[in-house]
Amino acid sequence: MTEYETVVGLEVHCELSTATKLFCGCRNAFGDEPNTNICPVCLGLPGSLPVINRRAVELALRIGRALNCSARRSIFHRKNYFYPDMPKDYQISQYDEPINVDGWLELPDGSRVGVERAHMEEDTGKTTHVGGGGRIHEAGYSLVDYNRAGVPLVEIVSRPDIRSAGQAKAYVDELRSILVATGASDGRMEEGSLRVDANVSVRPMGSVEFGTRCEVKNLNSLRSLERAIEYEVERQIALIEAGERVAQETRHFDEGDNSTHSMRSKEEANDYRYFPEPDLTPLVPDAGLLAAAAEGVGPMPAERRHRLSELISSSSELATRRDGSTDQVVTVVDLGLDELVHGAVVAGADPRLALARAANEAAANPEAARQLAPKVFADLLKMEASGQLSATQSKEVLAQLMDKGGDPAKIAKRLGYEQMDSSALGAMVDDVIAAHPQEWQRYRDGDDKVAQFLSGQVMKASRGQANGKLVAEAFASRRES
Amino acid sequence: MSASPAPEFGSLAEIAASVRTGATSARAILAQSLDRVRELEGDLHCFNEVTIEHAEADADAVDRMVRSGRDPGPLAGVPVALKDNLCTEGIPTTCSSKILAGWLPPYDATVVSRLREAGAVAVGKTNLDEFAMGSSTENSAFGPTKNPWDTGRVPGGSSGGSAAAVASGMVPLSFGSDTGGSIRQPAALCGIVGVKPTYGVVSRYGLIAFASSLDQIGPFTTTVADAALALEVIAGHDPMDSTSLDRPAPDMLSTLTDGVSGLRVGIVDDFLTDGSESSDAVVLAAAALALAGAKVDHVKIPDLLLGLPAYYLIAPAEASSNLSRYDGVRYGLRVDGPDTETMNSRTRGQGFGPEVKRRIMMGTYALSAGYYDAYYGQAQKARTLVIRAFDAAYKNFDVLLTPTTPTVAFPFGSKVDDPIEMYMCDLCSIPSSLAGHPAVSVPFALSSEGLPIGVQVLAPALGEAVMMRVAASLETAAAREARGPVTP
Repeated sequence: MTEYETVVGLEVHCELSTATKLFCGCRNAFGDEPNTNICPVCLGLPGSLPVINRRAVELALRIGRALNCSARRSIFHRKNYFYPDMPKDYQISQYDEPINVDGWLELPDGSRVGVERAHMEEDTGKTTHVGGGGRIHEAGYSLVDYNRAGVPLVEIVSRPDIRSAGQAKAYVDELRSILVATGASDGRMEEGSLRVDANVSVRPMGSVEFGTRCEVKNLNSLRSLERAIEYEVERQIALIEAGERVAQETRHFDEGDNSTHSMRSKEEANDYRYFPEPDLTPLVPDAGLLAAAAEGVGPMPAERRHRLSELISSSSELATRRDGSTDQVVTVVDLGLDELVHGAVVAGADPRLALARAANEAAANPEAARQLAPKVFADLLKMEASGQLSATQSKEVLAQLMDKGGDPAKIAKRLGYEQMDSSALGAMVDDVIAAHPQEWQRYRDGDDKVAQFLSGQVMKASRGQANGKLVAEAFASRRES
Repeated sequence: MSASPAPEFGSLAEIAASVRTGATSARAILAQSLDRVRELEGDLHCFNEVTIEHAEADADAVDRMVRSGRDPGPLAGVPVALKDNLCTEGIPTTCSSKILAGWLPPYDATVVSRLREAGAVAVGKTNLDEFAMGSSTENSAFGPTKNPWDTGRVPGGSSGGSAAAVASGMVPLSFGSDTGGSIRQPAALCGIVGVKPTYGVVSRYGLIAFASSLDQIGPFTTTVADAALALEVIAGHDPMDSTSLDRPAPDMLSTLTDGVSGLRVGIVDDFLTDGSESSDAVVLAAAALALAGAKVDHVKIPDLLLGLPAYYLIAPAEASSNLSRYDGVRYGLRVDGPDTETMNSRTRGQGFGPEVKRRIMMGTYALSAGYYDAYYGQAQKARTLVIRAFDAAYKNFDVLLTPTTPTVAFPFGSKVDDPIEMYMCDLCSIPSSLAGHPAVSVPFALSSEGLPIGVQVLAPALGEAVMMRVAASLETAAAREARGPVTP
């Protein structure tokens, strides 16, 4: 049987989080009362003219920079087609001379996906079809809200470098964190701030030619994206295996039955009659714009993961993946807690422990965790490492620190986390040895695996108050004596 | 044709001065204007709407300012007519099209605001060829405007209503828009001065677009000095128009009477034909300039003839896109249908007239996949050739002279069934539109039939000052009887 390779290219539309729209001064806001953020320009009233929002250009350039694109002189085109939610019945968009070209995006697993272009365009209004199941052709009437009309978008077009549904998901996930990190977008897929279309094809493994692709729309979540690609790949393989051909078409993903359906061919018969927008002048990324785009943008997630991984691997033998990241590193960077970890290590904390507490306990409340002073976090971690606090106690103190702030030592004291004195600990250890003679004998014979069981009994008896490191030391010293 | 002289307002500067000093009132000047409108509007149909109440309120506001010691501005009390494709807040703006029936703009065009700030008083909205597409105003959905020199003839177009209003003495100043000649051609046919400024000198914000890369607003007046003053008032950067040049308004008045001594004037031979009265007028005009000290020579610029076919691809292409928004969804006419597409096509089918439909179809075709390179792409290349040809010519000349139009005003119905013949009206005016250069039509002679003939002065981009200087010089040599206002 032929083996097939999945080939995916993604088009991601990102709404820019500017204060105002792309070509007028109306508010760019989600969820306001319909048709309240409108003016002659974004309503496309006769005689009105667009004027570019400089801030939107800065953010578009910022995105390009984060995606390793080259910025260049660009022009806007008109994309002509009739649709009631498009006030001018053309969309102002960039066509063959986009602002950002030829970049790439590195995924957490170290793979790279090429970015063909990241261009600017305006959003359309939003139509609600009333009656007839919400589809335009069966609806009784339609309501149009033009608040979204003219909201700035950047469309990021990947190269067909993606080879699986999982990689597609990872790409969008990574892109999302980049867009949030640049301050260009709030990254909210559920509010439509981020919208994804997938071009999916399959080809026999080893083939150089691409198969016929289908464009899948209506992917409103990462889960839909993954499922739609999986479905599409299976569907296309089945067609080819049955000796049929895949038709190039636009397909609609149905969240109800997790399948894709062909959209009306009429909607695809559009000839957009692109031509240069005469109402706007070319955009030239001058030094001022490029400087504004570079301003305030810290390192991107990939670089931050590298830096964090280096910090960890320089001090421990943590198993690493290809790019040296771990799931914990990915989580910590994603939540913006990497600065906290770096700071805590500078203040003397153990990197491995700092990463673990950040990725697990701090991650439960990232907003609060980002407010923690690295020095305070480090103080706590040092108490845990030295055995003053058990892991369980340390986690509880951390939770309180994030909740109310304060000093770790004082919180520990208030919670009664006095360090168990060594005689009490010794008594507990002796009790466990007495209660489990067989295990103790195996341990004495050199079976280290059983040590964990014995320590566990002590932890249980102390209700988590005992320090794991000190307990292990106590067993070891008794074996040697 | 016999045309008797009409009562004159005096120059714009004189009107403003008499209002500013309180020698007369804006209200009195307005009354003179409205009297003339009442007298002649029934015969001429210059206006789609005369906004008497708004005008009286504006005139009163000007007079109040004078009484309270404030200066209403350089056009204080000047009655002005506005082409009905300039948006006026709360006043119907129709483009002489059924499709905009009932639409009230919620805002003023930048030019309209600037006129008000200068103290001008708008008396109404003038008739045009629907969406400014035409050369006779016969394409208006509300009936044609008549030429005050001969009411059996067209006033030209598309700004025919604005031209006829000044030429008949209803107002001393009006504004039109010029895409391929829509100010200069009716100015020539009506015996008045019409200026198309350099593209970007006047804001297009609030001008309902025909062809965005070509449209410019400009004044109609009876004299060159009035036109210069009016243009200085409306010109200058506007942040609402990205194609507006970021520079102050051109200063024309301070050098207007400096004469033409030493200026190099080129007669463009390519637009002259033997035995044509308009060509003869150009030769006479050149001779007058030579007498006044200009160095006059003939020049051949054959690439300018590429302008007309290029224009009739580029302008319809842009128009096909600009006019998409009239779809019945948001404003203007809606003809209902069982679904959106049917509603769209019924609305457009009934709302647009035949010439507008013709141009939308031509433009849509020119931009279609598979035809773009052969039509729109080629036309843009031809446009570049026109610009280069001008650039080469302006190495040797300060200004160029051509007829404004190949013929004088023609009778109603004589060209309306032959679009190509009608399009030829713009032959001489189109090249400077494509290049974005300024041009002015000056009334210079009377034809054997007693109809006015205009001469066109062309200048390179931002050459308004020298262009208007030459126009002023031509004016002094022109036949006084070739200039309006006239009484039909």
